[in-house]
Amino acid sequence: MTQAITAVAHDQHEHPPAGIMRWLTTTNHKDLGILYMSFGAIMFFIGGVLIMAVRAELLFPGLQLLSPGMYNQLFTLHALIMVFGAIMPFATGLNNYLIPLMIGAPDMALPRVNNWGFWILPFAALLLLIPFFLQFSGIGSGASGLGWVMHNTSLDLQGGIGVDFAIFAIHLLGLSSISGAINVVVTVLNMRAPGMALMKMPLFVWAWLITAFMLILAMPVFSAAATMLLTDRHFGTHFFDAANGGDPILLQHLIWFFGHPEVYIVLLPVWGLIPHILATFSRKPVYGYRAQVYALWAICFLSFIVWSHHMLTSGLPLAAEVYFMYSTMAISIPTSVLVFCWLGAIWRGAMTFETPMLFALGFVAHFGMGALTGLILPDVAVNAQYHNSYVIVSHFHYTFFGGGIFGMLAALYYWLPKFTGRMFDEKLGRLHFWLTVISFNMTFIPQWFAGLDGMPRHIADYALRFSTMNFISSVGAFLLGLSQLLLVYIVFKCVRSGPKATGQVWEGAQGLEFTLPSPPPYHTFETPPAVK
Amino acid sequence: MNEALRNANRRLTIKLLLLVAAATGFAFALVPFYDLLCKVTGLNGKTGGAVQIAQASQADTARWVTVEFTSTVMPGMSWEFRPVQTRMRVHPGEITRISYLARNPTNQALAGQAVPSVSPGWAAQHFNKIECFCFQRQVLQPGEVKEMPLVFQVSPELPAEVQEISLSYALFPVSG
Repeated sequence: MTQAITAVAHDQHEHPPAGIMRWLTTTNHKDLGILYMSFGAIMFFIGGVLIMAVRAELLFPGLQLLSPGMYNQLFTLHALIMVFGAIMPFATGLNNYLIPLMIGAPDMALPRVNNWGFWILPFAALLLLIPFFLQFSGIGSGASGLGWVMHNTSLDLQGGIGVDFAIFAIHLLGLSSISGAINVVVTVLNMRAPGMALMKMPLFVWAWLITAFMLILAMPVFSAAATMLLTDRHFGTHFFDAANGGDPILLQHLIWFFGHPEVYIVLLPVWGLIPHILATFSRKPVYGYRAQVYALWAICFLSFIVWSHHMLTSGLPLAAEVYFMYSTMAISIPTSVLVFCWLGAIWRGAMTFETPMLFALGFVAHFGMGALTGLILPDVAVNAQYHNSYVIVSHFHYTFFGGGIFGMLAALYYWLPKFTGRMFDEKLGRLHFWLTVISFNMTFIPQWFAGLDGMPRHIADYALRFSTMNFISSVGAFLLGLSQLLLVYIVFKCVRSGPKATGQVWEGAQGLEFTLPSPPPYHTFETPPAVK
Repeated sequence: MNEALRNANRRLTIKLLLLVAAATGFAFALVPFYDLLCKVTGLNGKTGGAVQIAQASQADTARWVTVEFTSTVMPGMSWEFRPVQTRMRVHPGEITRISYLARNPTNQALAGQAVPSVSPGWAAQHFNKIECFCFQRQVLQPGEVKEMPLVFQVSPELPAEVQEISLSYALFPVSG
């Protein structure tokens, strides 16, 4: 094994080719990590611009800017782009850059597959967006407007080339995610440095290993459901067509069988990286390592058997509703284990509040709110009121933005000096944090109240009594969007003129990646490191 | 990468690809499995196909069950479609005949398919259809009025707590 790894660099260039060819042909995990993360960041801003138009429409009651059809397209694209274009690729970028460094491997196990997996993504994004622009030149009826799980209207109404484009985009995104997931599993299981036992791996690596298995099992179901929808639409099959013996509810079952694990596919990588950051800035070792590994596995298992809590109003028999209620609530047990381990990590620690720590703590608080409201929603009795209301919108933004994005921003700030070799402007970072916290809560707290009061989601207009809440929410959303531009400035300033970062970067930072200089050289760990 | 590691990676990759194929197969296998599950448990109020019932089966005259009939014309369909009678009282085991009226008010021939659903769902498996217009698609000529028969029996095994059953037909347009 030792000899194997020293000999690894044989067929690789010592120095990358210059210019654009370096990025097109690269099989280097660090280059691909940077590409994935940059792609995720670009999509984050595109998805953000789309939802700004939606919030502008919702600023006042009545229809001012958008037709209802356009509104549907915008929120659908926002959701698909944020989940599949921004959050997942950014998490994949982090794993590409960090997993080989964290386990002492010279690169990912399948570098060419890695390159291929990345370069599918821009084309998938184009497929999603093209029909949206084609409609302005009179071709087609615009992008898909069915919501990210594609079952919001009956089959008859799912017209337009936008849906077909979305289906093909989903196929490409699926290929990309599955190839990335296979790469992670092979790398983690085969390429660890000698002495890096499974139960010594950093939690981020554990979390990604589990995420990869979830992707491998769930993503094909989504692709299969999308394929069935495609053949129903064009090739005369009747999977979901009730007139010919199919069942539209089956589409919901298939989509949510994927859709619920997908929630954890988004969150698990973040749950893995948060303990690193909390431990560093509390100057303590990771708390409850074993408990967290088992909790992650438990959540992975449970996530596959609870999907129908998204369909409690679809006419399930009572026994099934009660089962899905209890199994969903059971997820709160391993999730609480994680939350208490995070709290244990900072308990009586010598804490300092640098930007990554602020975002990590913000993550714990906001994710906690999202998780607690998620404990109420599967209750069969109250679900009848909350289903398809803004309560749901607010709940999943607390988990995806308050959880996912806050966690990824924490990770970005934490490892940015490692990636670039330069420190970012700490003052601006803290400003970015506080602006994000205030505007995020200003956007989504009013949506709770509007939702509790009965405001339905997916509709371009609303009753007059929701006006105040929507006005506050829209202003909050504009602020939230603007304050993310600060992040772009901070990253550019860091890359161009930040002061030099040390190898360890943060005083309390642990882990193999911090034993390397910042930025790490193009090839690392060609001789495996000694793991104690 | 040396040969041993390269081979190990290849073997694991192939295993994982097989897992992906299995997950895809599982997704498609869910379709017949779901159908079967619905038929066995009556989930979604799905009823089975034609049932042969011997005339000898005894009606339980001591017990009454109310059956309600409703109809929905789905978007895109232009027929008028309603039951001749919206509710009736039957004995479990008794064979009953009722019909739905359909009229095609347009000036072209149209085909329709009625899809039944029984509520409560768990009573669906005890609602036996002996003859039903829903077993095949129906075609109406321009202006034609048709009385479409349904012969059914509520099984004597219907749980005692069920006193009312609703039968709903959704009429879908069928092209061609």
